[in-house]
Amino acid sequence: MKEYQTITEISGPLVFAEVDEPVGYDEIVEIETEDGRTLRGQVLESSEGIVSIQVFEGTGGIDRNASVRFLGETMKMPVTEDLLGRVLDGSGNPIDGGPEIVPEERHNIVGEAINPYSREYPEEFIQTGVSAIDGMNTLVRGQKLPIFSGSGLPHNELALQIARQATVPEEEEGDDDEGSEFAVIFGAMGITAEEANEFMDDFERTGALERSVVFMNLADDPAVERQVTPRLALTTAEYLAFEKDYHVLVILTDMTNYCEALREIGAAREEVPGRRGYPGYMYTDLAQLYERAGRIEGKEGSVTQIPILTMPGDDDTHPIPDLTGYITEGQIMMDRDLNSQGIEPPVNVLPSLSRLMDDGIGEGLTREDHGDVSDQMYAAYAEGEDLRDLVNIVGREALSERDNKFLDFADRFEAEFVQQGYDTNRSIEDTLELGWDLLSDLPKTELNRIDEELIAEHYREEDAEAVQAD
Amino acid sequence: MSQAEDIESVDEDGVIESVSGPVVTATDLDARMNDVVYVGDEGLMGEVIEIEGNLTTIQVYEETSGVGPGEPVQNTGEPLSVDLGPGMMDSIYDGVQRPLDVLEDKMGTAFLDRGVDAPGIDLEKEWEFEPTVEEGDAVEPGDAVGVVEETVTIDHKVMVPPDYEGGEVTSIESGEFTVEETVAELSSGEEIQMHQEWPVREARPAGDKETPTEPLVTGQRVQDGLFPLAKGGTAAIPGPFGSGKTVTQQQLAKWSDADIVVYIGCGERGNEMTEVIEDFPELPDPQTGNPLMARTCLIANTSNMPVAARESCIYTGITIAEYYRDMGYDVALMADSTSRWAEAMREISSRLEEMPGEEGYPAYLAAALSEFYERAGKFQLINGGEGSISVVGAVSPPGGDFSEPVTQNTLRIVKTFWALDADLAERRHFPSINWNESYSLYKDQLDPWWESNVAGDWAETRQWAVDVLDEEDELQEIVQLVGKDALPEDQQLTLEVARYLREAWLQQNALHDVDTYCEPEKTYRMLGAIKTFNDEAFEALEAGVPPEEITDVDAAPQLNRMGTAEEWDEFIDEIENDLKEQLRALY
Repeated sequence: MKEYQTITEISGPLVFAEVDEPVGYDEIVEIETEDGRTLRGQVLESSEGIVSIQVFEGTGGIDRNASVRFLGETMKMPVTEDLLGRVLDGSGNPIDGGPEIVPEERHNIVGEAINPYSREYPEEFIQTGVSAIDGMNTLVRGQKLPIFSGSGLPHNELALQIARQATVPEEEEGDDDEGSEFAVIFGAMGITAEEANEFMDDFERTGALERSVVFMNLADDPAVERQVTPRLALTTAEYLAFEKDYHVLVILTDMTNYCEALREIGAAREEVPGRRGYPGYMYTDLAQLYERAGRIEGKEGSVTQIPILTMPGDDDTHPIPDLTGYITEGQIMMDRDLNSQGIEPPVNVLPSLSRLMDDGIGEGLTREDHGDVSDQMYAAYAEGEDLRDLVNIVGREALSERDNKFLDFADRFEAEFVQQGYDTNRSIEDTLELGWDLLSDLPKTELNRIDEELIAEHYREEDAEAVQAD
Repeated sequence: MSQAEDIESVDEDGVIESVSGPVVTATDLDARMNDVVYVGDEGLMGEVIEIEGNLTTIQVYEETSGVGPGEPVQNTGEPLSVDLGPGMMDSIYDGVQRPLDVLEDKMGTAFLDRGVDAPGIDLEKEWEFEPTVEEGDAVEPGDAVGVVEETVTIDHKVMVPPDYEGGEVTSIESGEFTVEETVAELSSGEEIQMHQEWPVREARPAGDKETPTEPLVTGQRVQDGLFPLAKGGTAAIPGPFGSGKTVTQQQLAKWSDADIVVYIGCGERGNEMTEVIEDFPELPDPQTGNPLMARTCLIANTSNMPVAARESCIYTGITIAEYYRDMGYDVALMADSTSRWAEAMREISSRLEEMPGEEGYPAYLAAALSEFYERAGKFQLINGGEGSISVVGAVSPPGGDFSEPVTQNTLRIVKTFWALDADLAERRHFPSINWNESYSLYKDQLDPWWESNVAGDWAETRQWAVDVLDEEDELQEIVQLVGKDALPEDQQLTLEVARYLREAWLQQNALHDVDTYCEPEKTYRMLGAIKTFNDEAFEALEAGVPPEEITDVDAAPQLNRMGTAEEWDEFIDEIENDLKEQLRALY
């Protein structure tokens, strides 16, 4: 291993150094400053004679006399089952005062793409206990389902509620006795110390920490480090899932900070920017994170991802949510209006979507009527929503009886179905029954998305009559 | 360079000068543009994309972590080619035609490792070759000399390669052969194997293009009914995320009446490809009843696979499509999504520090798109036969904004436009094809086909539906202001008819066993039933029946059940009779 004192340029998070032997692309670099600190970085571009290095901890304190060491390998994450229960910083060093981590293996953090041929299609229902998700946007094992939120919205509460409550109903009945325990990997990028405390308190309060690995890159930690934090988290997740048979839930927050860091590095490298200054390769870069979710044929475990991102200006056409939505399998949309109405969680189901829902629900998985009920509620809620605009203009009296029923449905849907509080855990049965309660307010003939037999079985006749008698 | 060939033809080797992501430069490499090279000690596959003095720029199809200056670059001296021959159907490839199942075997892991090569077709497998010409027959380039049964559905024609001279067949016999063994010899001294190769960036030769007059029947009501695509036509499906692009593409791949389907998953989700891999072998082809996979070739470059291979996967796909077209088949190619392809071009272009065009895309974006879509069409083949390639490209406009360069440049070329609408998707109106924005320029040339094969008044009935939907669109603006009840009675009735058109006819449930595929006759009959309701309802209205009573008849909501009805012919007869009876009873 050769050491150089050949730094020629320092610019933002980048350091350029002259070398006299070839250095591999993506290789890890250690830079030792004169005051004895060791900073870590990665080779961004390697040419004959000169390399550019991106420094994770920031370039503060580096001068031309700092020495540069090339470690001859790409970045690795030391992995072991003992990581469970540990808190690490954004670069993977323990910060909980616990013992040194003795790795079982060391894995490349970039990760390799899963061969689509080797994947197993995700179709195992995860019950989150949240009606807006289970009923309308069902999460399945191996899915990547982000929460699209905005500043000041309670996305963290929802994420914690999911982490706390997530179960796979069949398993409780014990038909899956071997292994496959549940683990949570929490990757924080640029969140505030206060938010971090909230998460940690909740983990400790519920005892979830024991089965969690926490990676913390806080708001005042170097932005460049955010580049590696999610990769460390996902490498750990893949190890636990595909080598140790865990069902891993990965929560990444906040992806917006990750993308900002990406933009910062792009700008420092003087790259041609894409939309809104974000690099043109952001889609590929994000995909390399999000696609590290899934199931593999012949393996017990799974990686399920819930990335959280705050949409700048609540704008879902902003490049970050936009590119994310094109990669992930749906999204859970948080809504400011619902939040100010006090709906908990303020999930707007209309723009929300779970692409893997259809294969994860139905007979034998959740319940036979799940698909139809959810479809019908979508359609009815959308119609009620439309009518609200009209009510503002012409008033309720001017609307037909049919329209009024749809308006009532939309109101009850928000107030009873979506609203549930962060501590209520509803089973899928409860959620669907609640759905039928609401749907039974509508005339039977309007339920055109539901199979007639299911209507006969579940429709509450009395309710409808009672309403008609009003 | 095809992977099926030994790397004998190595020219001058070069040395890596610099590495930046997928872009590598090398010095002292004696290579031509688009030559395939093997980069570094691990031999990662790459392609020459720029030559400047002694410096050659290469895009690498695999991850380049750890590769450094000083490592060797080997030139193969041949452009990126695909292996063509029996065995492509029922296969799944990555962007440079490496079979993913073989890669899994060779790598021994579920993750895609680097530096592993595999030929696009199985070189060991023996096929039962049946000659279709005899010794002494004269054959020309493109002519078939025999067939092998590639799958239960597809007879693979073994053709004289287009770059051969042709001549008299001097020796040919039936039997079991591998793809590399000679099955026929010609008087010109040329030997014919089942295996051909072709550079992907070059269109395979064909004769003149013809005007397509036959529709690609998709089994989807909104597409067949309102915005048909021709066999040999081009279509674009733009839509924001969540609007159902992929499901729409998959529905076309499943149910359209093409002989061959090439499905390219370009920069999309891994799980989606897995779904296709798991579903297609189980689903029956509506034309033959055989598994769909028997007529399908999948190309998967998921979004986290190397970006350079994403750029090439489109070309790999269209070249395979052209090969089957040359056998006289009607091929349908689905590319999901062309935006990812364009972005891959952008990414490479920006790494080359080329002067960007609009929104950072390279200035040659429009040219690359039109070159690709122009490889579609209904062709006179060089052997005198006919074959077609229909191309359906999904477009993923950022933020759902159709004014962005990829959508706009695509719209200038394609003749069918299926605009997906986020609003419709939100209210679970699927397929969320917006009937006001979409269009098909093939309508007129296809009408004669529908009229002689389905119903004589096809065009007329369709126009009626379009008119009602247009009128609804106008009326909705008024309704938004004053409410529905303020409209005159006849307009209220029109809204009701339009609602049935939307809910019972345009909407189609891709997940329902019956509704997922709708034969043209059923599409026509369903529309007819709604028209019957319309005609009878307006008769009743004229006779003085209030609109509420008309819309309340029991038979009307039954219209919504037509799509899922298995015995649809009887079911629709019944509805039409009930409608007539019940509506006429009101006056």
